[in-house]
Parts: sequence; C-alpha cells; structure tokens
Amino acid sequence: MLLGKAVRKIAQMRGGGSALPGLFVEKIDPDFIRRTLAQLPDGVVVISGTNGKTTTTKMVVELLESQGLRVFTNRTGSNFTRGVAAALLGEVDNKGVLSADIAVLELDEAHAVHFVKNVAPKYSLLLNVMRDQLDRFGEIDTTAKMLAQIASKTTDTVILNRQDPRVAKIARILTHQKVGYFGLSPELTKLFPSDDDMRSVTLVSNSKLPEADVLLQSINDSSAQFVIGGKTIGTTLQLQGVYNIYNAAAALALTHAIVGAKIDEEKLIDALSQVTPAFGRGETITIGGQPLELVLVKNPSGFRLSLSSFKPEGYATMIAINDNYADGRDMSWLWDVEFESLRELGVAEVSGVRAYDMALRLQYDEVTISHVEPELASALQHFITNNSTLPKRIYCTYTAMLALRRELGKMTDVEVIS
Amino acid sequence: MNIYGDWGNVLVVKRRLEWHGYSAKILEYNQGDTFPRDVDIVVGGGGQDSGQDSIQADLLAIKDKLQTLADNDTPMLLICGLYQQFGKFFKTQDGHIIQGIGVLDIETHAGPERLIGNIITESQDFGQIIGYENHSGQTFLGTGVAPFGRVIKGAGNNGQDETEGARYHNVIGSYMHGSILPKNPAVADFLIEKAIVKKYGEFTPTVVDDRFAELARERAAKRPR
Repeated sequence: MLLGKAVRKIAQMRGGGSALPGLFVEKIDPDFIRRTLAQLPDGVVVISGTNGKTTTTKMVVELLESQGLRVFTNRTGSNFTRGVAAALLGEVDNKGVLSADIAVLELDEAHAVHFVKNVAPKYSLLLNVMRDQLDRFGEIDTTAKMLAQIASKTTDTVILNRQDPRVAKIARILTHQKVGYFGLSPELTKLFPSDDDMRSVTLVSNSKLPEADVLLQSINDSSAQFVIGGKTIGTTLQLQGVYNIYNAAAALALTHAIVGAKIDEEKLIDALSQVTPAFGRGETITIGGQPLELVLVKNPSGFRLSLSSFKPEGYATMIAINDNYADGRDMSWLWDVEFESLRELGVAEVSGVRAYDMALRLQYDEVTISHVEPELASALQHFITNNSTLPKRIYCTYTAMLALRRELGKMTDVEVIS
Repeated sequence: MNIYGDWGNVLVVKRRLEWHGYSAKILEYNQGDTFPRDVDIVVGGGGQDSGQDSIQADLLAIKDKLQTLADNDTPMLLICGLYQQFGKFFKTQDGHIIQGIGVLDIETHAGPERLIGNIITESQDFGQIIGYENHSGQTFLGTGVAPFGRVIKGAGNNGQDETEGARYHNVIGSYMHGSILPKNPAVADFLIEKAIVKKYGEFTPTVVDDRFAELARERAAKRPR
C-alpha cells in the first residue's frame, strides 16, 4: 500500500500518464480494488458506452454530491482498470479506508467486462453503441455484447438509452434488475442518427419505445426542458451541444434511480445548471482575449453532432486529426462525416499526424482550407496569430487534444489533468 | 452495408466525375429495390457479418444482372463484405455457408483472428495502393481472377499468399478501407474512365489537383501497422 502511494507521488511529479501506480498495485495486491470498493455503503456505479462517458460521469458525481453523498470517482480520465486502482490509491488513508458513500466509475467497454467480473456494480448506466475504435473491438455488435455483460452483472438497477436500439434491447436479457430509461422527444430524435441510418432517415416511432424515466423534451440556446416522472422541468445550462444535454438526461435518470424518493429536486436541478464540461470534452480557454474552444471528436456520430451543435459563424475553425492508438488508427471514419456546414467560412487550419487525410476530406466536400500544418505546436501558433480578432474552435482527436492542451498550458493557465 | 466509411468511395467517384465535367447521379440500391436500368459504375461497401447474412437472399436474386454487368465490362468497386459476397461463398466460424453470387472466382473462410491495420500493396496498373484493412475473413483466389495488388505491408486476402483483393474484367474487389479511393485517385479515375469510354466512346480528363492525396499517401505509408 505504502509502496503504491510512493510511486504515485513520483508519477505525479513526472507529469506522466495516470495509470502507472495502479500497475504496481495490481502486481502487489490484486484484490485491492474489490476490497476497497466493498466498503462503500451505497455500492459501485459503472458508466459505459462509446460517447459521453467522461462528461456524464462528471455530471452524475456533481448531482449525487448535491444530494449529500460523498462520491469517489476516477476523475483523472483514465477509464481502464489500472486507472481506477490509481485513483483509489490517491483517496484511501494509510489504513486503506475510503471515506465515501458511493463510487461512480467511468469505464471503457472492454475493461468494464473484466471489472464487473471482479466487482459487481449496484447500478450501471449504458449510454450508446457507436462505430468507434473498431480497430480495437472489430464490430459494433461486439461492443453491444460488452455492454450487455456489464448490465447482466449489475445487482440493482440498469439505466438504458431507449433511443439506441442496441442498448435498449439489453433489457431483454435482464432477469432480476430494475430497468430505467432516458430518451428524446420526437423533435429531437432526428438530431441523433444511429450508425445504421446514417445514409437514410429512418425514424423509429417513439410510440414503440419504452417510456422514459427522464425525457429530454426540447433545447434552446442555453437551456433545456426535461420531463421527469411526468413533470416538465426547465433549466439553464452551462453545457453546450445537444449531445451533452442528452447526457444530462442520462445523468438525471441514474441519479433518480440511486437516490429514489428522498431526492431533493431543487438541489438536483440547481446542481445540473452549474455543471461544466469535463476535461478535454468541450472546454473553453481564453487566449489573447478571445475564447478558444476545444471539441473532442472520436467517431462519426460524435463529429456530426458537434458540427451540428456548434455554428461556425463568427468563429475561426481548426481541425486536428491524429491516428495514435487512442485516436483510432483507421481514417475511414472521416468519410462518414459531412463537412458542408463549414463551406461558407472555410477552415482556417488543418493539423495533426493525418492533416492531409483531413484536408483531402475537406477537398471532396469543397471546403476551402487556409493552411495545412501537421505539426501541432506550429499549427496552433499560426491559427492563433492569424485569427487574433476572432473566437476560435478546434475539433481534435484525443491525443491531438492532449498535445494542444500542453501547448496552450505554456501560453496561459490551463488546468493540468494529465 | 455502410457501417464502415466506404461512403468515401461513392463521394470520390461522384466528385471526380463532376470535376471532369460530368454530372453523376447516385442510385442507392437496398434489399428489395427495383434494380436500376442504367448502371455505369457499381460501388459496394463493407459491414458486419450480421449485415451480410441479411442481404444474401436479395443479392442472389439479382445475381444474373450483376454477372451480365461484370461480363460487359461495367466498372465496379466492391469492398470487404460485398467483395466476399461477389465470390462463391463465405464460410463462418461455425461452418455456416453464406452463398455468394460467384461473379468473382474467390472463396472466403472465417479466420481465427482479425487482420487489422495499415496496408500497402503494389500493382501494375495503379502503382502503390494505400489503405487500412479490418477483416477476419480469409479470401483465396481461384484461376478466374487476378489479384488487385501484391502485399508490401499488411495481411491482404489471407495473410499467407501476399495477394490483396481480386480483379475480373473491370470489377475490383478489395479489403481496403481508408476509404480506398480518396488516397488512391488512380483507381477512382480507372473506374470513371472505363465508364465514360463505355458510354461515350472517349474520355478527356481534366487535371485534378491531387496534391493532398499525394501528401496523405506519403504520410500514411510511414505510419505503423
């Protein structure tokens, strides 16, 4: 135990990745995770799915805290099992005691399958199944099966996305758990095409879907209306993007399932109105007196939703595409995104390891590009200097985002997470 | 069967036709549709194994039309799932045979592992072909087809005989995603040229600015498997 903590201090000073100390714990004390989490009176919550895990987990943590619960979470954004061990190491005292009521864990789909064999979650929230990192999983159905396994090991309640057919049908295999749903109103459904109907518009009639415990009814600029247990509740939000607001519906459904009848609705909605996006998932940094938004893109549906959520007018746009392991190695996914919405203003800067693949993509959508520079540091500098009077937005893949944040950190105060 | 970004191939053909001065109409063919009368270029994509099962019956029903088109030199590009189904059969892990339409003299067997990663092949007609493969099917070529390319880096048809894809008349079958046509405009222009010449007798291409494709190729070729 002490050895693990010493390693964590060293890793922190190095500024290195989040999961190294966890590896040491695994080697010395393999039962550590299960034993530590077993202490928690309200159990473990697992959140998984292709898109939205990090933001939704952050939201759930803040909503549960608004209800007076002490929450442990794997805040550092490392959603593999070792990241969980590392996070626990940072929280337990020298006797191995964790002062928390409940653990809310964001888990990568494949690692979650192993995790739940060791630690059965009391609650789980399954967000969606999208084409993402198919170089790791191979097929969407494989990903769906992983989520099903997480659900089947859950002991109390499973919350499902009723709009995603592969997630919704997981309910059929559940024998003893309670099942809850979050969903969309018919008007909003057309903003969320599944990977199957990306080339056509097949709207499943909402009347065939199970009733949603939390329904996202409508969205305006910075506010939204939810229907929760039959009651319509409106609130302003700090979140941007329709998909983030839909994640909020998921978070609300899960929180209701956990807290139940004792819920303080007012504190809940108040907390919801204060939630800001998680690290690297839509944050805004101020540079040269202008806002600079970082928008993470990981897969076609995410990129499409981002492009439709954020209007390009009045902004300078940059796109940075890497193909490292965490980004996805195959560039095919760019061809399932439409970039016509960027035609009018063009793209100011294209960067990343695969800048030219992205430029090629834009060429075929007849979008003008002002500058292509694969090297991120100089591209960022060029982008900022050449668009100094404009607010800026950068769509970037995961490792590109990490690199850009490091560069931005040299220019201004950026919260260092990893 | 469009889970896998092969839409890029359709877009590239359409756009390059426009840049060459032609207007192109994309006709989508899905199960149960009436087969269009006037077909100049056929582009088919990949999907999951479960998708292949569901289109099998329909594909067999239009087999003769596709065979005729192929024999008459209609240019076609078939990627992954449709490449396999244009063959004689696909045999799954548990021995289940999915009958193909036999336009291509190939057969595919489900393999024990996924053949995944960046791939480069060499071909006489198109130079280097650069893409990304992701398949568990292992395809073996019969005598009625030629390989599309010879594998320089990657697995190709089966990871054993260094062939990638297959060719028959103007039909090209391949496992390459990326999508394949954006970074390999020579292949796109081949399909276009064959179609135009067939329809109008001659083809005078415009010069297309392929610098991004060139630079993207250079970068892609250096990326690890």
